[in-house]
Amino acid sequence: MNILRAIGHVVLVFFRATGSLAVFAADAVSACVRPPIYWLLIVRQMMRIGYFSLPVVGLTAFFTGGVLALQIFIGSSRYGAETFVPQIVVLGITRELGPVIAGLMVAGRVAAAIAAEIGTMRVTEQIDALTTLSTNPVKYLVVPRLLAAVISMPILVAIADSIGVLGGYVVATESLNFNGTVYLRNTANFVTNQDVTSGLIKAAVFGFIIALMGCYHGFNSRGGAQGVGTATTNAVVSASILILAANYILTSVIFPH
Amino acid sequence: MARSATTPKVELRGVRKQFGRKVVLDGIDLTLDAGQSLVVIGGSGTGKSVMIKCVLGILRPDSGRIFVDGQEVTHLHGRAREAVLKKFGMLFQGSALFDSLPVWENVAFGLIQGHGVPRRKARDIAIEKLAKVGLGPDVAMLSPAELSGGMQKRVGLARAIAADPQIIFFDEPTTGLDPIMADVINGLIVSTVKDLGVSTLSITHDMASARKISSRIAMLYKGKIIWDGPTADIDNSGNPYVDQFIHGRAEGPIKMEVRR
Ligand SMILES: Nc1ncnc2c1ncn2[C@@H]1O[C@H](COP(=O)(O)OP(=O)(O)OP(=O)(O)O)[C@@H](O)[C@H]1O
Ligand SMILES: [Mg+2]
Repeated sequence: MNILRAIGHVVLVFFRATGSLAVFAADAVSACVRPPIYWLLIVRQMMRIGYFSLPVVGLTAFFTGGVLALQIFIGSSRYGAETFVPQIVVLGITRELGPVIAGLMVAGRVAAAIAAEIGTMRVTEQIDALTTLSTNPVKYLVVPRLLAAVISMPILVAIADSIGVLGGYVVATESLNFNGTVYLRNTANFVTNQDVTSGLIKAAVFGFIIALMGCYHGFNSRGGAQGVGTATTNAVVSASILILAANYILTSVIFPH
Repeated sequence: MARSATTPKVELRGVRKQFGRKVVLDGIDLTLDAGQSLVVIGGSGTGKSVMIKCVLGILRPDSGRIFVDGQEVTHLHGRAREAVLKKFGMLFQGSALFDSLPVWENVAFGLIQGHGVPRRKARDIAIEKLAKVGLGPDVAMLSPAELSGGMQKRVGLARAIAADPQIIFFDEPTTGLDPIMADVINGLIVSTVKDLGVSTLSITHDMASARKISSRIAMLYKGKIIWDGPTADIDNSGNPYVDQFIHGRAEGPIKMEVRR
């Protein structure tokens, strides 16, 4: 009996959380298309979410591209298929690793920052103060972050893709004896528009997930510093898991087999 | 709805609010008339802040009705709620200043966002309102985190009065201020009521301040208004709870839940 009750409790909690998240998301999305839109805040958030994430995303993309080239070389040499390194690197980076690695890094940086900031505003009654000053907190706080993340992430991933391919190129030419010109030509001839755009679409979705999780957990944080800490952790964890799950779904939708 | 001179600015009828199983407001009936300054007194944790948050729509009452200028606002949201809130100014107990904005922009926020005043003009108004609470223009550029608690409270006050609202709620306006500044603030509240004809509802523990700023006092105890009358009558209320509270006595009908 107790087991049943525990399972029931978990199920109820799950559906309540999903429901309130869905309501929050619907509210936020509908606020995106109704005026006023705070353009200045969107630009400011793009700086914070996109521009300041460049170093960390760039570095991780570089090393990922490098290690990918190395492993593919080692693996494919068992079949004498070493020449396929550039093709597989660019495929892996643009389709999967670029968006996922950038998504996870930005989730750690940005979802946490958003949740902490909005959570603090919640527990210090700043969100209530916004309401009393006739300003809709969803429009003022959530919409700029959502739009900024959805716009910045594809740009960030496009850059991450290039740096990732560069990482593979550096490793291949410096330590795997590839000819640089041939490597680049093989990369360029092989990669398709669909490879790149699929990754950019994923990036936009991940941006949405990151900002939504940060805002949702921040908005619902309760009870002082500890509550804000919990909200921050939950934002990062849930954003990361949702990114990986959404990535699988998107891959199977975009590349049906 | 017909508006007569007697329509109260704010009216609460049987407002109830509970958190979980804890009943905080247990049927509040209270009116704030035009041009009146009402002070609500009551022990810590009796639900004074919760009461004004219910009026502002920050919290939803479980039952009961709330009227502003004769219009029922209990279940308003969205645009309609924003329109009603334009009539209000609010000083939060913890100031609730926006820490991402400089002081002047905090004060000017309602003007810029709510009333569409151009930034430059809003800034001049903000500096003028800051002067009214005894803060110079040099403070205007600082961030709220650089201010002392009492200065933050005064910025919160300036923000509450910035857009010239018709109704102002002050949640503990003088807490954390030195006695002289507290008196300046009392004077400011009195003069805003007199000059602009606004109605104010203040919450305070400071009886000196309550006597000075109010024309009427109401006492909240165990979720109900147990006494409500003109300030002049507060010393002869004949109510033992009120007597105990205004004289600050530990002995009396109000028992503090402390273990010895
Ligand atoms: N959001 C909330 N969730 C749960 N309980 C709450 C919430 N807000 C207030 N309470 C509870 O309601 C009661 C009344 O709180 P309130 O802040 O209104 O007290 P108060 O009369 O303003 O006290 P003080 O004079 O100390 O400011 C308290 O017991 C508090 O624990
Ligand atoms: Mg209070």
